[in-house]
Amino acid sequence: MTQLERRLLADRVWKIVASTLAGLAILLLAWILWTVVWRGATALSLTVFTAPTMPPGRGGGLANTIVGSLVQVTIGLVIAAPIGLLAGTWLAEVGRGRLADAVRFVNDVLLSAPSILIGLFVYELLVRPFGGFSGFAGSAALAVLILPVVVRATEDMMRLVPGSLREAAFALGASRREVVTQVLWRAARTGIVTGVLLAIARAAGETAPLLFTSLGNLGWSFALTKPMASLPVTIYQYAGSPFDEWVALAWAGALVITVGVLALNILSRVVLAPRGKASR
Amino acid sequence: MIRTDVVILRGANGPTEDDARWSHDWGTTIVTVETSAALPPGHLAARPLATAGHADRAEAPFRIALTAAAVLVLVLLGAIVVLLFNGGFPVLVRFGLSFFVSTDWNPVTENYGAAVMLYGTLVTSALALLIAFPTSLGIALFLTEVAPEQLRRPIGTAIQLLAAVPSIIYGMWGFFVVVPLMSAHVQPLLKAVFGPIPLIGALFSGAPAGTGILTAGLILALMIMPFITAMFVEIFSSVPPVLKEAAYGVGATTTEVFRAVTVPYGRSALVGAVMLGLGRALGETMAVTFVIGNANRIAASLYSPGASIASTIANEFPEAGPGSIKLNALLELGFSLFVISFLVLALARFLVRNRLEA
Repeated sequence: MTQLERRLLADRVWKIVASTLAGLAILLLAWILWTVVWRGATALSLTVFTAPTMPPGRGGGLANTIVGSLVQVTIGLVIAAPIGLLAGTWLAEVGRGRLADAVRFVNDVLLSAPSILIGLFVYELLVRPFGGFSGFAGSAALAVLILPVVVRATEDMMRLVPGSLREAAFALGASRREVVTQVLWRAARTGIVTGVLLAIARAAGETAPLLFTSLGNLGWSFALTKPMASLPVTIYQYAGSPFDEWVALAWAGALVITVGVLALNILSRVVLAPRGKASR
Repeated sequence: MIRTDVVILRGANGPTEDDARWSHDWGTTIVTVETSAALPPGHLAARPLATAGHADRAEAPFRIALTAAAVLVLVLLGAIVVLLFNGGFPVLVRFGLSFFVSTDWNPVTENYGAAVMLYGTLVTSALALLIAFPTSLGIALFLTEVAPEQLRRPIGTAIQLLAAVPSIIYGMWGFFVVVPLMSAHVQPLLKAVFGPIPLIGALFSGAPAGTGILTAGLILALMIMPFITAMFVEIFSSVPPVLKEAAYGVGATTTEVFRAVTVPYGRSALVGAVMLGLGRALGETMAVTFVIGNANRIAASLYSPGASIASTIANEFPEAGPGSIKLNALLELGFSLFVISFLVLALARFLVRNRLEA
């Protein structure tokens, strides 16, 4: 074998290794999804969506946990999205120097902080002082998870808006507030919406922060001052239980949550798609 | 939608010094428009608009709101640090620094130590990196150089979707699918292959229970792999084509270009991306809790059950009442996890930015 042949052979071998690894990754995705769909679909029925959780042996569904999750994610979003939008705008348009660097770095730290620590933090902040687990504490924990995603998305997307648009608006005599609210936010809207969708997807699947904050309950209770059920926490409790019936319900819940989260992710790509094509 | 207070038409001379002074004195926004028409200098052609004479009143409150939101981000992290430190402080007072080297975790005698959890966290994360780093590199090579153009986007998207699947799903899949497989097939096989080798054999000794450090590392590797791969692909596509073309021009093959040009060019950013993946692995809770076995022990074998910081917090929290020293111990564990992942992130950012500035 000449040196050239050896090099060409090495090239081919590495390419095959890389292709195999990529193929394996795809297979694993398919395997995980298939497991969730197969086990989830066999356990799925209408009562999962209509009946609340019940003691073992009495049937029941997941309706209260789904509603609880929706309530907590919505409240978390309502708290975090406006603050995140404003903070991201500050980073993109106003903030300069050390303070801006600090805010950006701190936001990155929040973005990658382990979610279980957010749960402990909110436990110390809202649960222990006020004497009990509550739906509001769960919402607050999710808000802390959503906030840095929205800040990051807003800053990135506003930076993508061409400078000439800003200059044109300023030249027409618009104040900075008008430039931001009437020109930049509109131009960056699809990107920011994408970020918010991804933040929702992240918050909806989170289990760890809710364990110490909203905890969960067994009935139809959506008072924000009381413990509130959520889908991921219920899946966690049911999957580890010795009752087949609960394990089946956990798989049904896993299917619901996976479909929801992946749908949000795909939706965010679809929202962003026209923009991506236009820029190319 | 956009308001102008005064428009001044100027001749070909453009704006004069007077314009700026007027703008300042009147507190208005003045737009100067050049015209070709012969106008006398200083001719005021425009009408003041309805709101002329005062600046945007909402401007100041708007600016304050923006700044307040940004400062809130700082305050939030400050509050997290303070509350976690404060919550764990009684443990430091009681046990001192020996908390971090003690392997005790005994609710009866109320003796708590973090060594087992620190060990479990670091070993599972290291295992995850060991598996995920070469795999991600291979997939990124495939996605940037090998795959046909039409396949790159769909496969890239599919791998990114893998990163979006909630961790509890990985945990359930690990617990119900991977654990039985590990115990029935993979672990006996590894034991048969590596068992007789001295030193390495000890890693694969013990009962093949399925759960344990090895399985936790494996699931973690699966979880961080898509995340690292996505960043790798981004780094590789930022390599200037000229560099690669120069290497191709002197006759290098695809993988030689990858090894000699692409990877060295993005080296520090690659390390940064791996560190970001490590940060994720360190703090991952649900997937690890399902498969690590949850035992307070340090053993040489990767098959033995263990505990990570996050899994311990999730497992032990229900039995830790408010005011108990156990709760303080869990909060101190949380604080140490925060410090570890903060350091990893800071290092990652430093490496990624260095590369961008160079």
